[in-house]
Amino acid sequence: MTQYGFYFDSTRCTGCKTCTLACKDKKDLPTNLVYRKVFDYEGGMWEQGANGTYQTTAFMYHLSLACNHCENPACLENCPTGSISKDEATGAVISGAEETCIGCGTCVQVCPYGVPAVNPDTEKSVKCDMCIDLVAAGKQPICVESCPLRALEFGPVEELRAAHPDAVDGIAPMPAGTETVPAIVIATCPAAKMPGDTEGFVANEWEVAAN
Amino acid sequence: MEMDTATLSRRTFLKGSLAGLAVAGAAGAGSLYGCSSDEPAPSGGEQAAEDQIVWGQCHVNCGGRCIFQYHVKDGKIVYVESDNRGEAEGIQARACLRGRSIRRWVNHPDRLQYPMKRVGKRGEAKFERITWDEAIDTIVEKLKHTIDTYGNEAVAIKHDNGNFSITSGTMARLMNCCGGFLDFYNNYSTANMVEGIRYTFGPEAGPGNQVYASSMSEALNSDFMLLFGNNPAETRMGGANSTRWLSQIRQKGVEILHIDPRMSESVSGHPDEWQPIRTGTDAALVAALVHEFIVDGKADLDFLHTYCVGFDEETMPESAKGQNKSYQDYIMGTGYDMVEKTPEWAEPITCIPAARIREIAKKLEDAQAPYIAQGWSSQRHSNGEMTTRAICMLPTVLGKVGKPGTNTGLREANPIAPVSFVPSLENPVKTSISCYEWVNAIDHGPEMTALRDGVRGADKLSTGIKFLWVFANNCLTNQHGDINGTHDVLVDDTKCEFIVVIDTVLTDSAKYADILLPDAMRAEHENLDTNGYAEWYTGVNYGMPAQAPAFEAKFNYDINAAIAEKMGVGEAFTEGRTNEQWIEYMYAQAREADPTLPELETLKVDGFYKRDMAPAIGLEAFVSDPAANPLSTPSGKIEIYSESLQEIADTWELDERDVILPIPAFDPGREGYTDLTEEYPLLCSGYHFKGRTHSSFGFMEIIKQCNTQQVWINPIDAETRGIEHGEIVAVRSPHGEVRIEARVTPRVIPGVVCIPEGAWHDADMDGDRIDHGGCVNTLLMPNPTPLAKANPSHSIIVQVSKA
Repeated sequence: MTQYGFYFDSTRCTGCKTCTLACKDKKDLPTNLVYRKVFDYEGGMWEQGANGTYQTTAFMYHLSLACNHCENPACLENCPTGSISKDEATGAVISGAEETCIGCGTCVQVCPYGVPAVNPDTEKSVKCDMCIDLVAAGKQPICVESCPLRALEFGPVEELRAAHPDAVDGIAPMPAGTETVPAIVIATCPAAKMPGDTEGFVANEWEVAAN
Repeated sequence: MEMDTATLSRRTFLKGSLAGLAVAGAAGAGSLYGCSSDEPAPSGGEQAAEDQIVWGQCHVNCGGRCIFQYHVKDGKIVYVESDNRGEAEGIQARACLRGRSIRRWVNHPDRLQYPMKRVGKRGEAKFERITWDEAIDTIVEKLKHTIDTYGNEAVAIKHDNGNFSITSGTMARLMNCCGGFLDFYNNYSTANMVEGIRYTFGPEAGPGNQVYASSMSEALNSDFMLLFGNNPAETRMGGANSTRWLSQIRQKGVEILHIDPRMSESVSGHPDEWQPIRTGTDAALVAALVHEFIVDGKADLDFLHTYCVGFDEETMPESAKGQNKSYQDYIMGTGYDMVEKTPEWAEPITCIPAARIREIAKKLEDAQAPYIAQGWSSQRHSNGEMTTRAICMLPTVLGKVGKPGTNTGLREANPIAPVSFVPSLENPVKTSISCYEWVNAIDHGPEMTALRDGVRGADKLSTGIKFLWVFANNCLTNQHGDINGTHDVLVDDTKCEFIVVIDTVLTDSAKYADILLPDAMRAEHENLDTNGYAEWYTGVNYGMPAQAPAFEAKFNYDINAAIAEKMGVGEAFTEGRTNEQWIEYMYAQAREADPTLPELETLKVDGFYKRDMAPAIGLEAFVSDPAANPLSTPSGKIEIYSESLQEIADTWELDERDVILPIPAFDPGREGYTDLTEEYPLLCSGYHFKGRTHSSFGFMEIIKQCNTQQVWINPIDAETRGIEHGEIVAVRSPHGEVRIEARVTPRVIPGVVCIPEGAWHDADMDGDRIDHGGCVNTLLMPNPTPLAKANPSHSIIVQVSKA
């Protein structure tokens, strides 16, 4: 199996959320389900100087994150009904098997990246499936092709890592030190903070908390 | 390079699916086209097939025209792909989050379905369904009555802003066939800039004209880019638009600095690119920077004496010689207010430390090719005309104009569209007013004069506006200003007697309609449009109908043609052409001028044609040979000192707060920082928002979910008010109050709060009038700017408190 994954360039991302909405359009998602989320991560202080002036250490960047299609997915390992699988061709993690998923939400609880959700209408686990239909047809996932800034790439994750040797596998607000081996490659912008950072905060929590 | 011009669609394309879809529609073709029985039926057509790809284009007022490939199944758009032709790193007009949601607009349950007439008080939004025949007959009767009673000057048009294509927006053509209308000069986006430029680079200069401004692509040849209130990541968002150029410019290693009260998305990931400034004080920063150029000996006197008028005494016009009225006299404190514009002078105005101002001055002095550009927000202030002129002084004083990598200080240039809109014809009415003055013209038109109110083409108005067309335009209230005051004028139907609104959804403006007509979406009929006005490439798209028009919605061209027919000017309006025939006609003209454009039949099959565009350098011709290429100013040169402005200042009737000076000085302006009080201690600036194009898309929950309407407030200002991130707060100005969620963020300078423009006004106008939609124009003053008589959108004083 060749593990496919996403590359995200935080130097290019402007937080426009086109990836989010392109995904919602293709997957016909309702308002309350989001498969690709864009985090606004920001922080910094202000200091008043003489003569009414100000100086600041404010910083801000964005992180666009869908499923990381981990090599050792916690969701798959912990699913009590065996309803999560990895696609043979791409390594895509596919959840919510029609026959067996009982919507118990274990995957929601165990994913370190907070990716899966239980669709309240179908009571099945749902999440990014790498647009496996498009990929099978030789195309890119809809989010990758949609990005106005060309901040997303998709391909065999080893090729992405080789093409972007300075990239990392996580930046804040992603958690530090997971053992799932996420298939994600991230270029760091000057503002980027490492996982576990306490300087910044997610400023749009209610937007990315949906589902 | 020519990209992908001959590539055929990879997928099945069926021409003219509309007829099949219309027959399949529940209403049937009879009622879909029921207005005039002699209207031609749509031509050709086969039943829509599964996986059909239908090409189309976005149509709102963001400056882009992103490409759609509608995936259609069983007569409905199921999702859209965008422009994926050619290399990903090349020109691709990739739709933004809004365009990617277009099918949810097309199929939204809030679409207007039928013609309606008002049955309650005006503005109450109580309507009753009527037939197309009754609607057209009523409009024609009222229009004839208005023209017969008051004359054509009593008719005005709020033009197309949200549903563009080359055969759309024929309202002016219709009225010009009927004797004309009172036109509005300039627009809400750039009015102060247009009037500022007029007296600097001449009346032929426009805000996007590539003779006067460089394309953003030219900044690839720059070594320092300085941007004032220019935020492509939230205003020019498509994949072929300026946001993409800015990203490439950064990637090439060009140093970038944004002057902005707010850390906009354009500096995402690169906080060092942000220099915070108090909103409305850009011209003060400019004055201090120019001061440094002068004391550092970096003012390019050869350039200034050859190409400009009025930098110093040497080039002052005769009328102003020997009076210490030069720009240098203003800067060095030897004229005007007699205050030297040192960085220390600018500190308490701009909130930028003097040492930092000197640093920025040094960067500009050291740059070989500074690319200096303002966006449109710097000039959308009560002091906007002078601010526009001031920013243009930076490259001018350095003599870094007309050369590779530079810009003139204006916003980046716009391309020229390869295909023109259906001509509007000549307006027999020569009188016009500014875009921001129409409420006054409804309220007390005959009192408005040239010298006090900016009436053009006549000394005064002869009548008030009695009949108002509103087409795909939410500028009656939402996108205008002083919504509460405007409401009071609009609800009095003895003033403006009749309002027709044509739109796709019930906007706040549409609530004031007497007759309300449902427009078709561009996805519902054949249409043609080009690259967007801000996208630096050449493109043409032939859009085919992807769905049948919703309910009884009709394309506005057909609506106007029906009205023209009943007005007795049908032939003059249509010239015998249908929508499709106009597209053919206009496109044939375009191909005569540019034979490299593909044949129409090829374009129809191919959907989309695009090619790269060479960069443009603003004022290149003038600088290379000023004698052969003079500007259209009276002197033929760049007018730093404008005699025309001095004459206006001497002759117009101005309020004491309305400052017009012959040089680009700093004035705080009405509702600027010098107007702050204990009651209103904060400045409030609007900004463009990712979740909307102005107010377009503003009703769609799917977009709102991840684009929350919030007031941005610095932690310092929030703390003193006990305001927490995420809570609903009250924002009050002298003109109104909104309730809105607080975003407590270090991304905005203390003392300034920011509210994204375009949110849908939502207030009980017979009750407390508190706007729970958070529309920033609820807070905006009605007073126009001094010279342009235009909207001062970002000059607002407010208090923010716990609700």
